[in-house]
Amino acid sequence: MEERSRRDATSRDPTFIPRSQLLSSDDVARAVRRMAHEVIEHTRSVDELVVVGLQTGGVAFATRLAEVLGEITGREVRCGQLDVAFYRDDLARNPAPTPASTVIDHDLTDQTVVLVDDVLFTGRTVRAALNALTDWGRPRAVQLAVMVDRGHRELPIRPDFVGKNLPTSLDEAIVATLDGVWIGTKSAP
Amino acid sequence: MTSSIRGENLLSLNDLDRDAIVEVLDTAEAFVEVNRRTIKKVPALKGRVVASLFFEESTRTRLSFETAAKRLSADVLSLAVASSSMKKGESLRDTIATVDALGIDAVVMRHQSSGAALQVSRYVPHVRVINAGDGLHQHPTQGLLDAFTVRQVLAERRGAAGVETGSELFEGLRVLIVGDIRHSRVARSDIAAYVALGAEVRVAAPGTLLPEFLADWPVGVVDDFDEALEWADVVALLRLQRERGSGSFVPSLGEFTTSFGLTVERARRLRTDALIMHPGPMNRGVEIDSLVADSAAAVITRQVQNGVPIRMAVLYLCVAGSHGGGSQ
Repeated sequence: MEERSRRDATSRDPTFIPRSQLLSSDDVARAVRRMAHEVIEHTRSVDELVVVGLQTGGVAFATRLAEVLGEITGREVRCGQLDVAFYRDDLARNPAPTPASTVIDHDLTDQTVVLVDDVLFTGRTVRAALNALTDWGRPRAVQLAVMVDRGHRELPIRPDFVGKNLPTSLDEAIVATLDGVWIGTKSAP
Repeated sequence: MTSSIRGENLLSLNDLDRDAIVEVLDTAEAFVEVNRRTIKKVPALKGRVVASLFFEESTRTRLSFETAAKRLSADVLSLAVASSSMKKGESLRDTIATVDALGIDAVVMRHQSSGAALQVSRYVPHVRVINAGDGLHQHPTQGLLDAFTVRQVLAERRGAAGVETGSELFEGLRVLIVGDIRHSRVARSDIAAYVALGAEVRVAAPGTLLPEFLADWPVGVVDDFDEALEWADVVALLRLQRERGSGSFVPSLGEFTTSFGLTVERARRLRTDALIMHPGPMNRGVEIDSLVADSAAAVITRQVQNGVPIRMAVLYLCVAGSHGGGSQ
């Protein structure tokens, strides 16, 4: 089991060298359930919620969060996914990242959008996502749910719902999936 | 061989390996989604300057490149060659130097001379050059959008997205390219793309419209056109390029149509699931019958629609992350 979860952690990112597992899949499931209850507390009506997962790590969490929201409320909660490659602020500095798919089938005007990501770090991905969302209308509110907040923000962005706060150093790396959360390092490319 | 066009020029598909081509097709998939949005614009190339230099006439390529650049938020400098100083005798080199002096990151260019885009890339090494057609040589984005269109249609038939199916569906795919191969840069780019992706390509044409040195090409030559139609999964027709003198390579247009035109009767020989393609502009009634061009098997309109997302993908990959002259 330990071996399997170690493979889960590295399958997403082959350069990741896990040091230790911080949360089990059960821990993650409980955290998602707690966040779902918090989302419901902070919304007027689940019918105006749209959960949007950020590619690639946030999509699985968004799908799960929308499912749990549906289980709790008995309503269908809309879910989409957003890739922010074209909105990044480092496109002039780094090679163009390969975009993943974006699926947002609703006009977001007057909806409450819950952006979901796996790990909140510098905040630059969220900044890009906020920029992108305006192309689908004017949401009534945008909230941010992350599985792990590891600190080191470079922009004035804070999450509304957090699965786990994990203070880290800059040379550490975090992998968060539905199978668990690991801390480790990145191997030199 | 290049395995990615990121930050590079795009001069010829012969330079690209399978990975590089698949990367463009996968990236274009994301831009298809952008083009379906209400607001069809992303800030990926904000502040970048793309010069559009068409020394030879074009409708769809120029419009779709300029649309692509604008939807990426780049600024577009469009040179109308007919009303430019080229008419006063200014050389290609001086024209490029003038445009470059305005501060550009990329040039999209079409020229009647084979190799013109390569030449320009040597004049301005700090600018990304994207070949939009050079003489008889290459038309890389047409080859890419043709492969993209085939992948998209075949993936849809399997009920999947093109990215998910990967590009395995090209393995063993049978592509027949018909007509004026000799004068066609589209044929050269199509062949490079399909062969790199693993398809089998055959060409059909009157002997006079086959290129010299065909033995060096990775294609088979068809003896019996009617038989080849039954063989093909994809039939790509080419325009008879009368501006390149191809009219003198066939006895008459009527004879060309009789032997190698896709008439209604011939189209009946096609497999029921075969795709009919044409890069446009079409000579209806010459290389393709009007009814065939408008039939359900024809994906010609799809090819045009895919022009913008493919060119967005090419501009995005080549220009983002490269350090052009626009910031000087």
